[in-house]
Amino acid sequence: MDFYGVPIRSRLLIGTAQYPSPAILADAVRAAGSDIVTASLRRESGRLREGQDFWTLIRDLGARVLPNTAGCHSAKEAVTTAQMAREVFGTPWIKLEVIGDADTLQPDVFGLVEAARILTSDGFEVFPYTTTDLVVAERLLGAGCKVLMPWGAPIGTGLGLNDVYALRSLRAHFPDVPLVVDAGIGKPSHAAAAMELGYDAVLLNTAIAKAGDPVAMAGAFAHAIEAGRAGYLAGPIEPRDMAAPSTPVFGRASLA
Amino acid sequence: MKLIVNGSPLEVEASDLAGALAVLDYADAVVATAVNGAFVPAGARPLQTLHDGDRIEIVAPRQGG
Repeated sequence: MDFYGVPIRSRLLIGTAQYPSPAILADAVRAAGSDIVTASLRRESGRLREGQDFWTLIRDLGARVLPNTAGCHSAKEAVTTAQMAREVFGTPWIKLEVIGDADTLQPDVFGLVEAARILTSDGFEVFPYTTTDLVVAERLLGAGCKVLMPWGAPIGTGLGLNDVYALRSLRAHFPDVPLVVDAGIGKPSHAAAAMELGYDAVLLNTAIAKAGDPVAMAGAFAHAIEAGRAGYLAGPIEPRDMAAPSTPVFGRASLA
Repeated sequence: MKLIVNGSPLEVEASDLAGALAVLDYADAVVATAVNGAFVPAGARPLQTLHDGDRIEIVAPRQGG
């Protein structure tokens, strides 16, 4: 698997927010085996310089950084944030978020497509955080995106895969586009289910960071994603409504 | 000069963005900047003249999902 020509080993991308401590964050990233971590840009105080320590921690992890535009509510804000992120993080990658609704954090797909078009034409490699809408996905690809990241459920809810049909449709329509389920994952089984649908990777944050034991949960997610991927590749059976005995009927003793 | 730095009004003695960052103790920090909503690359900061009321955003890497 690769994203924009960069080979990726781990199919688990994790966020860096909300951990109990920087040490637990670092241990969780190692336990997850993630190649890619997400990060943001926030206001920096010249006196406190909190971001500098965080940046040192992230660089020491050795993972590739996928900066986000979290919190942006317009294409203009997202584009400016992406430009700042490219300079600070030294990467053309950007996890593009344009939020349209404050309660659900649902992407503003119109602003998303607009921002994606501007950024890809400026050399960015865009990872759009989007809904499961098929037509929007087409527009994002038309805007130059080579990866799609539909939500499983609203950010931070832990509800899992809210619309399996739509996720399956996206996979079927875009068999060659790297697809990442981003957001809404709560448990390892949700991540495994996404992988069983044929998704290429899963991006999550809260489910690990807010778990009782984030490091153990990171390991659990890594196993689940590996299992889900292996299951997908192994060719799952088609579900059916009627029972079908697995033990042979022929040769059964007549004991009535 | 009266500037709005990261949302807070500040009196800053500087005529350009690079000078403002030095005065505000960011000299060697890893930060990105914007003035009035527009990105200003690091190399362009000395050329970015400032005016009363300008809104400056100074950001750095931070935890994110």
